[in-house]
Amino acid sequence: MKKMLITAIALVSLATSALAQVSLTGAGATFPFPVLSKYFDEYLKVTNNQVRVNYQSIGSGGGQRQFIEQTVHFGVSDNPFNDQQMADIRKNTGSPALNIPFVLGAVVPTYNLPGVTQRLNFTGEVLADIFLGNIKNWNDPAIAALNPNVRIPPLPITVVHRSDGSGTTFVWTDYLTKVSPEWAQKVGRGNSVNWIPANKVGGRGNEGVAGVVRNTPGAIGYNEVTYAVQNNIQFGAVRNRAGRFMVAELPAITAAANVVLPGDARVSLTNTQAPDGYPVSSFAYMLVYEQLDKNKAFKSEAEARAFVQLLKWIVTEGQKFNEPLTYARLTDAAQARALAMISRITYQGKPIGKEVVGQ
Amino acid sequence: MQQAPAQSSIIKRQPSAIFRVLGDRIFLAVVLALALSIVALTLGLGYYLYLGGSQTINKEGFFGFLTGTTWDPALKIEFGIWPYVSGTIITSLAALVLSVPVALAAAIFTAEYAPRWLAGFINYLVDLMAAVPSVVYGIWGIFVLAPFLREVFYLPVFVWAAENAPWLSRYLGNPSGYGLFTGIVVLSSMVIPFTAALSRDAINLVPAPQREGAYALGATRWEVIQTAILPYARGGIFAGAMLALGRALGETMAVAMVIGNGNVLPYTLFGPASTMPAVIALELKEAVEDLHYSAIIGVGFYLFLVAFIVNATASYLLNKLKVEGQRA
Repeated sequence: MKKMLITAIALVSLATSALAQVSLTGAGATFPFPVLSKYFDEYLKVTNNQVRVNYQSIGSGGGQRQFIEQTVHFGVSDNPFNDQQMADIRKNTGSPALNIPFVLGAVVPTYNLPGVTQRLNFTGEVLADIFLGNIKNWNDPAIAALNPNVRIPPLPITVVHRSDGSGTTFVWTDYLTKVSPEWAQKVGRGNSVNWIPANKVGGRGNEGVAGVVRNTPGAIGYNEVTYAVQNNIQFGAVRNRAGRFMVAELPAITAAANVVLPGDARVSLTNTQAPDGYPVSSFAYMLVYEQLDKNKAFKSEAEARAFVQLLKWIVTEGQKFNEPLTYARLTDAAQARALAMISRITYQGKPIGKEVVGQ
Repeated sequence: MQQAPAQSSIIKRQPSAIFRVLGDRIFLAVVLALALSIVALTLGLGYYLYLGGSQTINKEGFFGFLTGTTWDPALKIEFGIWPYVSGTIITSLAALVLSVPVALAAAIFTAEYAPRWLAGFINYLVDLMAAVPSVVYGIWGIFVLAPFLREVFYLPVFVWAAENAPWLSRYLGNPSGYGLFTGIVVLSSMVIPFTAALSRDAINLVPAPQREGAYALGATRWEVIQTAILPYARGGIFAGAMLALGRALGETMAVAMVIGNGNVLPYTLFGPASTMPAVIALELKEAVEDLHYSAIIGVGFYLFLVAFIVNATASYLLNKLKVEGQRA
């Protein structure tokens, strides 16, 4: 009799926990915000209004900070945690952090050259020289050599950069750091860097950079490809490591991830070996604690389970919403990595990640 | 008839003993506590800004942080805020210099010359200027003002200088349209209404006998304004200018959108510059490194100090400028 009662109570509690409404909170990057809100809208429908996600697009830095302070269930960031941060998180909370990729983005050189209708070709070295201020004019032989059939007006170059801290800047400077030793030595990579050319102008946000580029003949800047495409801004092709000039179209961005990925997916996708990949690409990441119970934001196992199911849905079914919103989808290999990481997630020792992924 | 006794009973009713004895003291305590809370709020704000920025301020030194000219959060992880401090001071003072004559002219015209309907209309527009959100000024700056200034001012001057006075080019900088001077122009148009409104009120408050006396002595209209009105109203005009300066020091978004946000000294007239509020607003969001984050809060602390110094100086000068016997 007693046994039956316990079973009954267990069943009832299981039933209620499965039916209970769950509300999850995340914070972080602005770049994937449109696709994230699409995911969360669709997922609400998929789960019959049971799992609701509130996402605050406060920037990658803010997302990482909130994640470390454990005020959110998950963070979202354009760049993964570095080794130091990973070690600190493990030391302070007892749980490693997972950086789960869910979407790919790319950064393109945008420019304003009156009369030029063909797409210009660039190499990393030339872009680095332009953004270092070494190349000052559009009629520089280095640019002409890459674009033999284009008549480029002899305008002085104005370099336009993001003045706000941004994952876009990180990806762009990460690429330039890899291709140019001079860049690595003088500027380096970061969400905000110390821009050195004399002919530079900083614009706030994607719209600020695009606005300055549009209004300034001879300007060159960099934008997220999503923004450049949606706003019809002219952008150039960039030569990848295999020597091909690549336009940042969705398959080329996805292809950039066709490389050997490390187990934790914390990898820079700029200048990869992929022969048909666009060289200035990057993952965006969900930041998750491996032991969800170590994140103070999680109050119950039901929450943890709902969250893991959401993660699995995003890297599998949810991927079909990427391309209509001009975000590149994960490669099969990256998806397998993401699922492998999700299956490591536990809650109070229970391997809920494995259970959910195995379903 | 029934109401009258009820009223009188209210009037006649004595306050209860506790209020009779303690009323004044309770009131004093409440007022004091509220007044002190403002002091606590201000000091607390400064203290917590210092606390947040202390990591970087301690690393760079109190004056090293202030006078350092390199702000490199990526490679050298080195933070000096002098480019931002000087940018803030230059843009604010220059905006004040540009805006005060215009604002004062508008105030004198509406208070002394304009027919009533026109004065009302101008005053309405001036108030409207103050109500426009700063991000709207920023958009206007990006899409209208900057290209306009580039075409009619920067490029002609730049080209002329390149041909006739090459030494000048060094001080002019890149005429892209997004830079120090555009920032100053946007800023000055934003602060005009503050000076204009306070000056107008100050001029309206000049007592009629003062004017009449001047007219009686045979002064022309211009002489009346010059000798009787402006000296009397100077306190109010100065207060308006200081309000505008305070606003200019803290203005963030519109400036950040057009100033070009360069932090390499020396600044040039047309080239990019940056200000303290702008760097806070722009870099805080994505500041991942602790030292960078702390440096940005440190900028907030120094901005607090700059605002404090400016306000203290302003109120000192205001006291000196007060006309004998004038109220407020």
